[in-house]
Amino acid sequence: MSAPNLTPFRPEIAGTQPDYAANIYGSTALRAPRHAPVRIAQSITETTGPQFRQDRYPGNPDISKVPTGEAQGQRIVVEGHVRDEDGKPVPHTMIELWQANSCGRYHHEGDQHDAPLDQHFQGSGRVFTNAEGKYRYTTIKPGAYPWRNHHNAWRPNHIHYSLFGPGFATRLITQMYFEGDPLLKYDPIYNCIPDEAARTRLVASFELGLTEPEWALGYRFDIILRGRSATPFENDQTPAHAHAHAHDHGNH
Amino acid sequence: MPIATSSQTIGPYWHLLHDKAWSDLTRFGATGDIIHITGTITDGGGNLITDACVEIWQASPPVSETFEGFGRAATNAEGRYTFKTLRPTPLPGPNGPAGNSQQAPHIALTILARGLTKALTTRIYFHGDPGHETDPVLSLIEPQTRRATLIARETKPSVWTLDIQLQGANETVFLEI
Repeated sequence: MSAPNLTPFRPEIAGTQPDYAANIYGSTALRAPRHAPVRIAQSITETTGPQFRQDRYPGNPDISKVPTGEAQGQRIVVEGHVRDEDGKPVPHTMIELWQANSCGRYHHEGDQHDAPLDQHFQGSGRVFTNAEGKYRYTTIKPGAYPWRNHHNAWRPNHIHYSLFGPGFATRLITQMYFEGDPLLKYDPIYNCIPDEAARTRLVASFELGLTEPEWALGYRFDIILRGRSATPFENDQTPAHAHAHAHDHGNH
Repeated sequence: MPIATSSQTIGPYWHLLHDKAWSDLTRFGATGDIIHITGTITDGGGNLITDACVEIWQASPPVSETFEGFGRAATNAEGRYTFKTLRPTPLPGPNGPAGNSQQAPHIALTILARGLTKALTTRIYFHGDPGHETDPVLSLIEPQTRRATLIARETKPSVWTLDIQLQGANETVFLEI
């Protein structure tokens, strides 16, 4: 086995990640810690991380059907690249996906929204990036659904993503949205991210070239994972607030 | 230069991914000092959190054919997570093998849940292990009394308990990595 890469990952860029506390998102009120996190220097625990073998974690790149039939709704393919902050592809990394069906209902006992379930929709999938960091899967465009964050609150159409990347510090849980969704501007979860450009990067773009003629619409969603610091073995003990001097969360 | 993609909450329906087998890190045949790690997670109102995704990762013992070092568990109706794994040993510090610092045995733990806009990360240490005084992470935590929020206690033979509070008087120390 080759020696593990112990180069730390770069700190987050101010404003591009949501804060834990967010007044507009009610569930944060009792769950967001009151103390600021303690910034630590990354060690082997953070610079390495779990890796998933495809023989143990087989891919499932088409969740739009089951053996007995096809799900209702608009069939789509989603394609994208996973890269790091240096633009380098992240190859053979696992991506987990889950979403509501075309009517906006999750196949989950906690979801009691009055919309039909679809026995032909799988609801979750797993894909791996290839050697060039590219991934692709087939699904049904998820529906919007109401939630109780505030009066008349609706989540925009979205697909949940889970990625691991090369280290424990590159773990990413996010959501992919759809270009032109009128609900985005009202969504507290999307708008928890202070930086508008960062929010916009969560929106997949329709791409005619990805569309499969007579079969499925195509969307592109690229993902960037944290990159490693330029300085190997950097032992950066700078307090978090020194990195966050450019923060302006006043509007959120 | 590209900027890392923003985090979004895992939400209440992440169980669509859930596989109970993943909470047993020994399931590929790992042998050694097998332990169970368990605890409850509570919010700032004292409510048990029953919809959290809890993940652990440990760089010790090293990853092998029989041990992946990673596990995932869902908190149950009593707000409790439980893992079965191997007890870690000391690890090199942040400067890698070339440095002279050493870390006490620990496991990294991540909490993902509805109401968490991004992952909460902390560590599990083991009460009674040597090296806590000089551990590069524990020694950063002030006031010192808060260090105890990262230290599991052996409540039954080979069962280590660490309760986690997301918010409140005995709030767990979380880490920015």
